Amino acid sequence: MSTATAIVKPVMPERHFLNDNYGIRSWLLTKDHKRIAILYLFSITFFFLIGGVFASLIRLHLLTPNGELFEADTYNKLFTMHGVNMVFFFLIPSVPAVLGNFLVPIMVGTKDLAFPKINLLSWYLYMAGGTFSMAAMVSGGVDSGWTFYAPLSSGYLKTHVIMLAVGVIIAGFSSIFTGLNFIVTVHRMRAPGMTWGRLPLFVWSNYAASLIMILGTPVIAITLILLALERGFHIGIFDPKLGGDPVLFQHMFWFYSHPAVYIMILPGMGVISEIVPCFSRKRVFGYSFVAFSSVAIAVFGFVVWAHHMFVAGISVYSALVFSLLSYAVAIPSAVKVFNWTATMYKGSIEMSTPMLYAMAFIGLFTIGGLTGLFLAALGLDIHIHDTYFVIAHFHYVMVGGMVTAYLGGLHFWWPKITGRMYPEAPAKLAALITFIGFNLTFFPQFILGYMGMPRRYWAYPPEFQVLNVLSSAGASVLAVGFLLPLLYFAWSLKYGEVAGNNPWQATGLEWETSSPPPTHNFHEIPIVTKDPYAYGEDAEVTVVH
Amino acid sequence: MSEHSHPTPGLYVVILLALVVGTCLTWGIAFVDLGKWNPVVALTIAVIKAVLVVLFFMHVHYSSKLTKVTISAGVFWLMIMITMSLSDYLTRTFLPQ
Repeated sequence: MSTATAIVKPVMPERHFLNDNYGIRSWLLTKDHKRIAILYLFSITFFFLIGGVFASLIRLHLLTPNGELFEADTYNKLFTMHGVNMVFFFLIPSVPAVLGNFLVPIMVGTKDLAFPKINLLSWYLYMAGGTFSMAAMVSGGVDSGWTFYAPLSSGYLKTHVIMLAVGVIIAGFSSIFTGLNFIVTVHRMRAPGMTWGRLPLFVWSNYAASLIMILGTPVIAITLILLALERGFHIGIFDPKLGGDPVLFQHMFWFYSHPAVYIMILPGMGVISEIVPCFSRKRVFGYSFVAFSSVAIAVFGFVVWAHHMFVAGISVYSALVFSLLSYAVAIPSAVKVFNWTATMYKGSIEMSTPMLYAMAFIGLFTIGGLTGLFLAALGLDIHIHDTYFVIAHFHYVMVGGMVTAYLGGLHFWWPKITGRMYPEAPAKLAALITFIGFNLTFFPQFILGYMGMPRRYWAYPPEFQVLNVLSSAGASVLAVGFLLPLLYFAWSLKYGEVAGNNPWQATGLEWETSSPPPTHNFHEIPIVTKDPYAYGEDAEVTVVH
Repeated sequence: MSEHSHPTPGLYVVILLALVVGTCLTWGIAFVDLGKWNPVVALTIAVIKAVLVVLFFMHVHYSSKLTKVTISAGVFWLMIMITMSLSDYLTRTFLPQ
């Protein structure tokens, strides 16, 4: 006798956070962390597109060696605005402010973040910072480079440096508020049974990034205020002509801006730590090591900054210490990579779109990380400092790593956020196009840099043209890979299959609630009794009334 | 003392006077050439004043241990920045034999 299993099609919940309230007011005055995450999603996508347009123009210009498309000054403005947009208005807020905002409270089993109004304020500050940045851009742009190096920026440039610096300072406060909210929420609002040892690794990594946000971000604000004082009032701080010290600017700038790299990448690593066990159907290998490596990266990340300054005239003894410490920070990063691969080992791997992005992340981040060690080496750094090798290295970490993780996370939790599935075939195609386009864009830049092509130059010797054309061709492929998800995500909002609570059969509290979740996340208080990666075991959550 | 204790008005006045004295001292010492000790003395007075403000005007002296640990972490991180920056400035003139 045969048995038939009835397949019940999932249905959308009647009430959820998206239809709980309507109208522009309900969005702009919302205190719901999930709606604020959506506000951030639209905002950072906007800045990503703006930054992407600048990148495209840069690559278009570099198709020919003689700088035929833009004037040198315009080119300087293009790479400055590309860097500022991407670093301060996309990479830093992307995973924490969008996915973190949406998921951290749900993952720890609470109704909202600790300070919902401050959470909303952080979005308004982000938008205010973005407005200043856009104002600086449309009123003529800034040509200091995203690093604002003094005394160039404080005494010599005629562009709107202060306006842009104000934008960055304001956006920094938005970042501090997000970090503060995460730390307090994780400490004080975890569901019963959600011990530190049961926290999802995504939460651990956002917690570690939050530590950097609140300890490091004030320093960039102070540095830029000092820069503005020197520029506006000629108070000598960084300019030697006024009695200042230009290397001091670099010390202060990189004290924040190097750890900021970890603000960008740590939450991305958290995304990978969720995707890999889910699509390997295995418990994450070495949970404690992965969790504590996040904190170790956050702490070590604060004591490596002067590897950006090896050719700036710093003491050789100090450089030696910073070089050694920079090598040390590779250890916790390697722990993560080894543990992800060990998690996949003998797993039942499903090549879904999020997993494709996760695997791309592991490979590309490893290349980005290992080439970072080249730059931490005192001797080699002299040869490749400020060349395209550096550009390739940090794009392998920031785009190959961070953007890939962000896209992987967005695909992974899209069904949870919207309640609908994206179409799998075009999504896989987009992941493949992104991977190919990315490598075609940035791998030639390693070679260009090693051959001696300096960064930030608007013209280059003709013998570098072939590699530059390859890189520009790759950039157009990459742009297609980035634009495709916009199309099919928009399509899925109306036509996507209804996802149901847990389309991936994943563990974790976010998959216990409906998709999209209700405004207060859970109808009943969850009580956690098992670890977050109990794949192959019974569901880990029981619910009490 | 409980978390909600505040300094008495008298203590506020004492702290205010201490801050004024510190300011006058900084101003007075600026007229004396102490060589390389000039910044050391000025910074020491400034740090003492800042500690008084944090402990009493900002009520940290009466706050929970968690608040104190949080503030200490901030100060510790500032010390990391200063110490490691000084590791550059103070050893620049050391040349290998």
